[in-house]
Amino acid sequence: MARWGMVIDLDRCTGCQACVVACRQENNIPEVGPEQAAMGRGIYWMQLIEEKEAAHEDAHIAYLPRPCMHCDNPLCVKVCPVGATYKNSEGLVGQVYARCIGCRYCTTACPYTARYFNWYKPEWKPEEKKYLSPDVSLRPKGVVEKCSFCVHRIRKARRKAKDENRELVDGDVVPACGETCPSKAIFFGDLDDPNSEVSKLAKSRRAFRLEDHLGTGPKVIYLREGEWSE
Amino acid sequence: MRQDHPLIKPVAVSGRGFYIATLALLIVMSWAFFAWFTQFMNGLGETGLNRPVYWGIYITNFVFFVGISHAGTLISAILRVTGAEWRRPITRAAEAITVFALMVGPINVFFDLGSPHRVLNIVFHGQLNSPLIWDVICISIYLMSSLLYLYLPLIPDIAELRNAGVKPLWFYRLLAIGWQETEKQKRLLKKMIGFMAIAIIPVAVSVHTVVSWVFAMTIQPMWHSTIFGPYFVVGAIFSGIAAIIIAMAILRKVYKLDRYLKPLHFKNLGILLMVMACLWLYFTFAEYLTTFYGGEPSHMAVFYAKIAGEFAPMFWAMVAFCFIIPFPILAIPKFRTITGTVIASISVNIGMWLERYTIVVPSLSNPRLPISEINYTPSWVEWSITAGCFAGLTLFYVLFSKIFPIISIWELKEGGIDVGSGPEITGAAS
Repeated sequence: MARWGMVIDLDRCTGCQACVVACRQENNIPEVGPEQAAMGRGIYWMQLIEEKEAAHEDAHIAYLPRPCMHCDNPLCVKVCPVGATYKNSEGLVGQVYARCIGCRYCTTACPYTARYFNWYKPEWKPEEKKYLSPDVSLRPKGVVEKCSFCVHRIRKARRKAKDENRELVDGDVVPACGETCPSKAIFFGDLDDPNSEVSKLAKSRRAFRLEDHLGTGPKVIYLREGEWSE
Repeated sequence: MRQDHPLIKPVAVSGRGFYIATLALLIVMSWAFFAWFTQFMNGLGETGLNRPVYWGIYITNFVFFVGISHAGTLISAILRVTGAEWRRPITRAAEAITVFALMVGPINVFFDLGSPHRVLNIVFHGQLNSPLIWDVICISIYLMSSLLYLYLPLIPDIAELRNAGVKPLWFYRLLAIGWQETEKQKRLLKKMIGFMAIAIIPVAVSVHTVVSWVFAMTIQPMWHSTIFGPYFVVGAIFSGIAAIIIAMAILRKVYKLDRYLKPLHFKNLGILLMVMACLWLYFTFAEYLTTFYGGEPSHMAVFYAKIAGEFAPMFWAMVAFCFIIPFPILAIPKFRTITGTVIASISVNIGMWLERYTIVVPSLSNPRLPISEINYTPSWVEWSITAGCFAGLTLFYVLFSKIFPIISIWELKEGGIDVGSGPEITGAAS
């Protein structure tokens, strides 16, 4: 049984947001328009967080792509009153749109603010509608959604491997963000497989996890930026 | 007892004031319903809520009204159990607040749902892991037991209305369930009231504790606090007493109950309110000092937003309304009059609403990970629904006082208080 995880190498990340765009396309994330976005209603399963490391003008700005952490100990799952969010046997934190009552307890409990809410009915222009992915279900208004680690791609890869009569191997599953990343900063794979790229990278001295001290056990591992002048 | 007895008259006769008040309240409630319908059709986008401020004044109202509901328990149950004689004229007015605040409060969570049509998932798929389910369980038990606790002491008075021939007679005959004031019936009733008075205290404490745990069980900065349970219980009793003082003053004026609701009652409740004000200040101080001394950055962000940042006006208004204004009024015996305690109570209720707001919102608007700064301003929909909640609570209360005697007649008699038999008594009111 795999335990899916992601490694994001911040040294390679340029903050170009290609992953954010690819994720939107892949997962049928609706546009909310500039007005709503300014109100904080935008939905970004993958979001680029930027932080100035000091107050002065030419301070270094750190970029950090933030998907759902798919925590080993997910606080959102704990608090959901109806079991609309759950952790499956492969460590993925899923969301059942048809069950969700929209109380937004999970969104307030998530220390990564990685969960999003459909404030209005999602709408697409007719020309956009043609390009909606059939692999990912559309969400109605009033439910919570978030990054799924491209679970549909995992399923597809597994089906393909089965058709070819072989086991799933490292590199078979590539999420949309990782596929798009021009600088190849995003890695995806089985953290329980000691030979997978992600588990090797996770052992790097540059590896860290967001808010790890909270005990959430995030399965997204970041690789710290190195000092090039060294 | 005659129908024009001052304690029965409000039930038997309705003046113009009653109809005007009811109409006004119904108009506000209709407007609120229109606002809710707009939100229901279009989505929660009609509110000012956003990411990260996912919860706003609906949750504030929820906590506030559930807090108000603790009036009944404290006044009625604790005073009954401890045998405080002065409680007799005020128990029912307090118990009624409990029941109606418990109807108005939790419905705010329903207003807050993005998919209200799936609300029954809470029953069909309830997860005991979730503090929200603890709320559902505790509040349901509290609502049912407080309804029972309101009804039991009503039985002899309903029989009194039946005997006086108040219409609709069938209604009172039905609810009086054959009360004939026999010794056996009296013994049984007192036994049951005695049992309920004790049983309802832990239930009430549990309710506000689990309401606080909705916040405290998460690890959000300045929510994740072990004192939230008792802090919320104290705040609840605090705002509950204030609510009962305001309700009593209005009842006294409108129904001319001066003879029964005396300055003594306001004075005693005023002293209780003062004690709660001190307790509230103590808990608030303990909570904020601990946060400040620890100095954990994610907590400090919320702390500074409250005391010196975006929420400072609300935070300091809360301190003023909850303590600085009411405390001197209640502490100085000269000011502990009916007017004084009412002013203090209004101040406390405003302050406690602000307290709930400054607990819910600032923690959410300062998440651990830096995301673009977004403010929360409640929309007209949220304000309208809030106004509707206050109107609803008032309307339920008005209607209750028109259907049942708001002062427990038989308990007054039990306590050896002369209730008189006719309207001539009112002359000696002042």
